[in-house]
Amino acid sequence: MANILAVDDSPSIRKLVSATLSKAGHSVESASDGQEGLELAEANAYDVVITDVHMPIMDGITLTENLRKLDTCRFTPILILTTESASDMKLRGKQAGATGWIVKPFNPESLIKVIDRVLG
Amino acid sequence: MSIDMDMKEIHDIFFEESEEGIDVMESGLLGLEPGNADPELINTIFRVAHSIKGGAATFGFTAISEFTHGVETLLDQLRSNQRAVSEDLIEVLLGAVDCVRGMLAALKDDAELDLNSVTECQEKINALLGSAPVTSAADSVADTDEVMAQRPGVKTWDIEFRPDANIFKTGNEPIRIFRELESLGKLNVFAELAEDVEFDSVDPENCYCGWVLELEADVDAEAIEAAFEWVKEQCDLKIHCRNPQAAAAADTGAVESANTVAQLEPPKSESNAAKPAAAPAAASRDSGSIRVNIDKIDALLNLVGELVITQSMLARFGENGGERGANSGLRDGLMVLERHTRELQESAMQIRMLPISSSFSRFKRLVRDISSKLGKKVELVLSGEDTELDKTVLEKMSDPLVHLVRNSLDHGIEMPEQRLAAGKPEVGTLKLSAYHEGGSIVIEVEDDGAGLNAKRIHQIAIERGVVSETEQLSEEQIHHLIFQPGFSTAEAVSDLSGRGVGMDVVRRNIADLGGRIDIHSEQGKGSCLKIRLPLTLAILDGQLVRVGDDVYIFSLRSIVETVLVPPNQIKRLAGGSVVYRLREDYIPVVRLRERFNLNCSAPRKTYLESDGELMVVVESDGKRLGLFVDELLDQQQVVIKSLEENYMPVTGLAGATILGDGNVAMIIDVPGLVRDAGDAKANDSNAA
Amino acid sequence: MTSEYSNSPDDQLSAGDANQYLTFVLNGEEYGVEILRVQGIQGWDTVTPIPNSPDFVLGVMNLRGAIVPIIDLRKRFNMETIPHGPTTVIIVVKVESADKPRTIGMVVDGVSEVYRLDDANIQALPEVGASGVSSDYVKGLSTVDEKMLILLNIDKLFSGNELNHDAPTPMAKTA
Repeated sequence: MANILAVDDSPSIRKLVSATLSKAGHSVESASDGQEGLELAEANAYDVVITDVHMPIMDGITLTENLRKLDTCRFTPILILTTESASDMKLRGKQAGATGWIVKPFNPESLIKVIDRVLG
Repeated sequence: MSIDMDMKEIHDIFFEESEEGIDVMESGLLGLEPGNADPELINTIFRVAHSIKGGAATFGFTAISEFTHGVETLLDQLRSNQRAVSEDLIEVLLGAVDCVRGMLAALKDDAELDLNSVTECQEKINALLGSAPVTSAADSVADTDEVMAQRPGVKTWDIEFRPDANIFKTGNEPIRIFRELESLGKLNVFAELAEDVEFDSVDPENCYCGWVLELEADVDAEAIEAAFEWVKEQCDLKIHCRNPQAAAAADTGAVESANTVAQLEPPKSESNAAKPAAAPAAASRDSGSIRVNIDKIDALLNLVGELVITQSMLARFGENGGERGANSGLRDGLMVLERHTRELQESAMQIRMLPISSSFSRFKRLVRDISSKLGKKVELVLSGEDTELDKTVLEKMSDPLVHLVRNSLDHGIEMPEQRLAAGKPEVGTLKLSAYHEGGSIVIEVEDDGAGLNAKRIHQIAIERGVVSETEQLSEEQIHHLIFQPGFSTAEAVSDLSGRGVGMDVVRRNIADLGGRIDIHSEQGKGSCLKIRLPLTLAILDGQLVRVGDDVYIFSLRSIVETVLVPPNQIKRLAGGSVVYRLREDYIPVVRLRERFNLNCSAPRKTYLESDGELMVVVESDGKRLGLFVDELLDQQQVVIKSLEENYMPVTGLAGATILGDGNVAMIIDVPGLVRDAGDAKANDSNAA
Repeated sequence: MTSEYSNSPDDQLSAGDANQYLTFVLNGEEYGVEILRVQGIQGWDTVTPIPNSPDFVLGVMNLRGAIVPIIDLRKRFNMETIPHGPTTVIIVVKVESADKPRTIGMVVDGVSEVYRLDDANIQALPEVGASGVSSDYVKGLSTVDEKMLILLNIDKLFSGNELNHDAPTPMAKTA
């Protein structure tokens, strides 16, 4: 059971992520862009953050950079949710401080496994 | 593990967001011009396409994700300046937008998909890309799956893992990686301290350890690498197999973990496709808004309606309470209650209001397509897109507006050479505007085209029996003939506006919404169609009247005037219809007692030395009708309730409402009665 | 508006009540409707007539904010009409017709009893209709204490088509 923040501008992906993880017993809050996600993370403690890359207002890379600047998020696992598989995207994510990535398309089972993996 | 949840609901959200996305793509594409590649706009279009592709792949709609992949690649090339914006490209991408829209609709409604147009469009995209058909992300995942599952074997692996000092700062914990390796087989871990640690300057947040691991597992190197996937840029990693020829002995555990890895592994075919970009553009962001089912809103509105009725009931009691001081607190309270109820009602109504921009924006595409088909040059000018309209009104206005715009393009705006010859600019202007006027919403469709040819219209109307040859008509009256049923000029029938509805239907749809349409046209200069609509359909400013023993309600906006009619001014025509001479015009007259078959105990109320009667003159659709009533009562706002819900629709009634005393009163359907009177008159004149 | 009896779905009645019938008197005979269909019993109140409706549709009434048509059952069954007396009530029922569910009020001479009737106690209607009520609208007959009960099929009786039944064609649209 973990507190998870899911950031994605697509309502359907948000719903899929939160429905999947809630079913698996986690508590999920979601935000529709990086700015909103950052604001939530400033106010709450999360065990894992999952974020999309391409979003309006603030993208996932910038969000990751900003999260790492927060005291509460310095070591929090941050997973980038993206269809991009090009290595430069992963590299940019890593440079920004992301823990890892989940490549879309993903299915509920694989998502739960990844979360289990980062939660140990 | 199986996860059962309501995927349908999530799919519906996906369809809805994708439809919105498609609209954003379309209007974005329409905003692109050759030689003017606004990077912000291109980025927005790309992001939407990317999002649709990703969602479609996630939800298993492979046809859409495959198709969108090519679109995304084209957009990515645009974005990275590897391709220039051209008319051709926009055309193909607009076609692709239609295809995706069609695919979404087909999926949503479980309907047949027009494969031909998709294939055709795919070919065009491929031609632009200059490549073979793209493979889908989903396919390659499946491929990877298979490959991975095919070659398991029991092996012993030596792994040296020496992470960079900063590994914790990305939230990675070596212990997690070890647990994952442990899930693959038997794992032994030996830690060693890094060689160059300076104990004076140790940072507790850094990692100064390295590990040597021994793994016995039925997996290959890729599976082990996958466990280190997230940290491979942050460490020295050596993986070595002691017995590479180990016999293949698949066990289910290994296959399962290979599957997991496959899901995490990037689909290979994509690796050289889309280049990421950092700057996302804000396009369709609905900041601070939530989606609410319309039924919930209507339930809320209903409740608020009840509250308004209860409030007016209380107000009546309050009035009866007298003037004494003891009741002044009650009366003050009731006044505040009234104000709050009114405000609550207005806020609740606001929820149903949508900006007209959603309706207007589709015209960009329509105008572009039709004008290019006709070889005309047209600039579309929109104004007042923020004007808000009731959702139902907005939906019902959609078709009539399309018709009016098509008419303007088809018959209004001339060919470029004709325009030049007439001394007009080559490019015609079509203006769509919306604004508030009084308590109404006005929508205008205006063009600077040829205008109406009054002479020709009159001639056609006579030919078609819409008017008689002898009838003297003003120019404005002639213009209004185009709204008459049966008036459709042969010239008016074309590929474009010939299909669909006629102007009479447009006018009727608008009248049914309690609105009206007017036309102002000047030959050679252009036409302007002006539609006036009520703000909402749920509440009506009502005029209460008494007919016999009952209270009936007219929409205040439909009433032109009330007149006291001396008996000798009512004329019965040969066909049986009855008319009243109102100044210059004869208007049809209806006696509600008879029209509604009322059994009234109360006698007709008379005025003017006991033989005159009270008539309410109403107007709809530009036509007037006189209705006899016994008495005018109050004016008040009423909440419209459906008779159909528990009974059935009733001719002549628009619904019912509950009055302050708790009784039900019927609301008169003025457009319906006016129409019936018109039909009856037409029948009479045919008979005569 | 008086409400002598009201039954919201989660009141005292539950699944075991599927076999219970509310009976009422009409023209000297006793009729029954399934109690689960009964939404309430109203005293007489102002009814607003509906233009051009069949004469058995007395009009509509405001029932807790809903506009509900009121049917005079005597008129519906072509029985002699009598003035409303002290026992005259409106039984509000939920009708499940093919097109949609409706709430309808029916005026009866008076409410009688609630009986539990097992299916075994209900007989099909003989070929000849009872008391002028067409067999189409009768679900079956039962006998309690030597009395005959006529169990109505309100879904058929008040279907959309039946409500339209006998509706006079609108008069010539003239004054």
